[in-house]
Amino acid sequence: MEKDEKNMTCCCSCSSPNALPQEIVAYIHECMQKPHSESYLIPVLHKIQNHFGYLSPVYLEEVAQLMHIPASKITGVATFYHLFSFTPRGKNRISVCLGTACYVKGSGKLMERFKEKLGIKENETTPDGMFSIECSRCFGACALAPVVVVNDKVYGDVKPEQVEKILADYGFKK
Amino acid sequence: MPTSLEKLQDMRRKSIFKVFEEKFRASIRITVGSATCENAAGATDVYERFQQNIQKHAGLEVILSKVGCAGRCDLEPMVTIVSHGQIPVKYMRVNPEKADKIFEDHILHGKVLEDFTMRRTAGLYNAQRVITVCGGKNCFDKHCSDIEKAFLENIQKLGIADKIILTRSACQGLCQYGPVCYVYPDGIMYQKLTPDIVKQICEEHLLKNHTLGQYTWTGERLTNRSFPFFGDVYFFGKQLRLTLRNCGVIDPESLDEYLAVRGYEAIAKILTEMKPQQVIDTVKKSGLRGRGGGGFPTGQKWQFAANQPDKEKYMICNADEGDPGAFMDRSMIEGDPHTILEGLMIAGYAIGASKGFVYIRAEYPLAVQRLEKAIADSKKSGLLGENILGSGWNFDIEIRLGAGAFVCGEETALIHSIEGSRGMPSPRPPYPAISGLWGKPTVINNVESLANLPVIILDGADWFSSIGTEKSKGTKVFALAGKVANTGLVEVPMGTTLREVVFDVGGGIKNSKAFKAVQTGGPAGGCLPAECLDTPVDYDSLNAAGSIMGSGGMIVMDEETCMVDVAKFFLDFTQSESCGKCTPCREGTRAMLAILQKITDGKGEDGDIEKLERLGSIIKNASLCGLGQCAPNPVLTTLKYFGHEYRAHIYSKKCPAGVCSALVTYNIDPEKCVGCTACKKKCPVNCITGDPKRIHAINQEDCIKCGTCLAVCKFNAITKS
Repeated sequence: MEKDEKNMTCCCSCSSPNALPQEIVAYIHECMQKPHSESYLIPVLHKIQNHFGYLSPVYLEEVAQLMHIPASKITGVATFYHLFSFTPRGKNRISVCLGTACYVKGSGKLMERFKEKLGIKENETTPDGMFSIECSRCFGACALAPVVVVNDKVYGDVKPEQVEKILADYGFKK
Repeated sequence: MPTSLEKLQDMRRKSIFKVFEEKFRASIRITVGSATCENAAGATDVYERFQQNIQKHAGLEVILSKVGCAGRCDLEPMVTIVSHGQIPVKYMRVNPEKADKIFEDHILHGKVLEDFTMRRTAGLYNAQRVITVCGGKNCFDKHCSDIEKAFLENIQKLGIADKIILTRSACQGLCQYGPVCYVYPDGIMYQKLTPDIVKQICEEHLLKNHTLGQYTWTGERLTNRSFPFFGDVYFFGKQLRLTLRNCGVIDPESLDEYLAVRGYEAIAKILTEMKPQQVIDTVKKSGLRGRGGGGFPTGQKWQFAANQPDKEKYMICNADEGDPGAFMDRSMIEGDPHTILEGLMIAGYAIGASKGFVYIRAEYPLAVQRLEKAIADSKKSGLLGENILGSGWNFDIEIRLGAGAFVCGEETALIHSIEGSRGMPSPRPPYPAISGLWGKPTVINNVESLANLPVIILDGADWFSSIGTEKSKGTKVFALAGKVANTGLVEVPMGTTLREVVFDVGGGIKNSKAFKAVQTGGPAGGCLPAECLDTPVDYDSLNAAGSIMGSGGMIVMDEETCMVDVAKFFLDFTQSESCGKCTPCREGTRAMLAILQKITDGKGEDGDIEKLERLGSIIKNASLCGLGQCAPNPVLTTLKYFGHEYRAHIYSKKCPAGVCSALVTYNIDPEKCVGCTACKKKCPVNCITGDPKRIHAINQEDCIKCGTCLAVCKFNAITKS
C-alpha cells in the first residue's frame, strides 16, 4: 500500500491517474496517523467537495484505498448526507431556502419562478453548465426571509419579481 | 504556586488593561454587528466605510470594533455608538452612505441622527437619563407600579420630566432585592425601593448627580454588567439575557474581551475549588434541563456518565441546529464562541472527560471560523489543552462538521456521524452516557445548555433556580421569525407566555394582519392557535398544549398562512429527512404526505382526516427516534386546532387562506376594473384578455394562479376566492 500511494497512478488496478490533489492526500495521511482515523471520512469528503464542487466515483475510489475503508461504505456515507453532490454543479449555484421562515414568506413561489425561468428541475444544471438550482433547509438568516443564495452571496427579502434581475446579474439571457 | 483562579485573575487584569487601552480609552466607540445575517445585510461594507472615515481623520479618538449579533435581525446592519456618559445610540439598516453621514454628523459634530434610529427609541438619546423599573412577577407583587408612579410624580414636581424617560423591564433576576430599578447611562441599580427612596433618588441623583450609595445594589452578576451597552432599552429590557449575555456586546474574535467580562473564571474556579462531583451537584441543584428540546435534567445526565468506571470519556457539544427557522446556536457561537468552549470544559471536568467535540453544521461557515479561532487563541494562552491554568487537568476540543442531515441532531445518530458513518439512530438503551462515542461514556449537550454553565458556577445554583417556573429553570432563547414585526433572537425567563414573546418582545404581527398560529419546536413541534397564546413557555406547558419546547425556533403565522399547507411543508421536511431505518417513520410519513398532497390539490375525500390521525398515532408510538416520534406533531396539532381548515379543503374545496393554488381562483371585478392593462402586461402566461379602457377577463383554463395580477392591480379589482 505505502508504495502504491506514492505512484502517480491510482493505487487500484484501474490505472487511471491519481485524481486527488496533493494537499488532500497529505491531509488523509495526517488523519491516518490519528486515533480512530476512519472517523475523518466526512471531513475528507468535505475537502474533496470544496475542491472539485462534487464527488466523482474516481475520488471516492481513491479515498477508499488511502483510508482503508471499503468503497461501499464510503458511497453509503456520501449518499446519506445532503450536502454531498455527485454531479458537477453549475458555474453559478442558486440555492433557494425552503426553511420554515422562508417558506411562510413565500420562498416556494421563488423556487417555482427560478425553475420556470431556467427550464430545469431541482438539483439539475442548465445544459450550458452556467446555472444549477437546489433547495436548502435554512441558512439561519431567517430574519431576512425569504433568502436566496447565489454562490456565496446572500439575497434577503427576495420577491418573485426580482428573480429575473438576480439571474441577469449572473449573465442569464432569456 | 498561584492557583488556577489566581492565574486567571492575573490574566484578566492584563486583558482589562489591554482592552481599555485599545478600545475604551477613546471617547467614542463604534461597534458594527458582524454575524452571518449582519454580513448578508451588508455589515462588512459599513465596517470598511467607517474604517476609511477614521483613517481620514487622524488624531480622532474613535475606536471601531466588531460585535456579534445583538438579536435585532430585521434591522441589520446595526451600528452602535457608545460615548462616555451617554445612552448608546443604535442605528439600524446602515449602508455606506448612511455611515458617512453618521460619521460626519454624530462622530464629528455630536448630533444624533434620529431618522436613522428606531422609531420607538425616539427621544431616548436626547434624554439625560433613562429609568427602567423591573416589572417582573416578584417586583410586580411588591407594587412596582407604585414605584413608577412615585418616579413620575417626583420628576414632574422637580421639573425634569422632559429629561427623564421611564420604562419597565422584564424580570432581571434580582427578585430578593425587589422592587429594583436601573438608571442609564450611570449603570446604577437601586434595590428595595419605596416611594420615599424614589423621592430621594429623584432629588439627589437625577437632579444633582449624587449617587445614593446606601440604596444601590453592588453585587456582581455575569448578566447585568452589559446593560449600559444595550441601548435599545425597550427591546432588551423585556429580556433576561443569561446565555446571550455577551452577544452583541463583546468582540467575538477577541479572547481579551471575553476574559475582561469574567470569561474562563468559572472553569478556573472549579479547577481550584471544586471536585467533579461538586460541579455535578451544583448543576443538579440549579435545575438546568437540556435546551436541545428533550429537556432532560443536565446534572442527571452527567451523573450517569460520571458513574462509569471507564478512563476514556467524551463530551460533545451539539451544534447541529437543523431545525429550519432556528438560529440560536449560530448566533451564540458567532457572537460569543468562548462561552461555548468554557461550558464544554466545565462539563468535561464534571464527567471526567479529557476530550470534547463540537459537532456543527457545515452551513455555518462563520460560526466554524470563529470557533476555530477561539480554540486556537485559548490553546495559546494555556486555557485549553494540557495542564490548563497549571492545574494538571487536560482537555482538548475538536470541531467536526455535519453534512446536512437533520437526523444527526439525534444523539445516537450524531455519534455515528462523528465516527464517520451514516448518521442513523440506534435503539436506546444503552444510552450514550453509558456507551456512546467509540463505546465510551459520552455526554451530549446542546449549545445553549453549555452557555448556561458559567452563569450557574459563578452566580450560583440557588440564584439560577430562582428564575423560571417550578419545573423549568432559567431562561430560554428563541429565534423569532415569520410574520412577526421584530424578527430576531430573544431570551426570556421560562414561564413567560407566548403572548408576551410574540406581542411584547416581537411587536405583534407585521402589517397589522391577524395572528393565526405560532409554531414552536421546529418541524417536530406543533402549531398553537390564538387560544393558546397564554400558554407559559416551559417544557411541561408546551407539551400539554400538544407542541414541544424544541430547540427554540418560534415561527409566527398570520391569516395569510394555510395551516394544511404548513403541515404539508413540515411533513415534507421530516419525510425527506427520515433516515429510512425504521418502517413507521419511513413509510408512514410518506403515506401521510400523500394524503396531505391530495387534500391541498383539492382531491381530499371523506375519511382522510381519520386516516391522518390513525397514521399519526402509529408513527408517534412505533418510531425508533425523536424524529419519527415527533414527525406527526405538526399534522396532529393543526388537526386539533385548525380542523375547520382541513374540512374546508376536503368538503367545500376551498382554501380559506387562499394559499393552495388548486383551490383558488382569481377573478376580475367588472365594477372596479378600469382597463389599465397593468395585469395583462404582467401576466406570465398571457391569460388575461381585454383592450385598454375595457373590462379585462382572466381565462381560468390557462391561469397558473401565480397571484401577479392581484399584486399589480392598483384598483383592487382582482379578487381571490
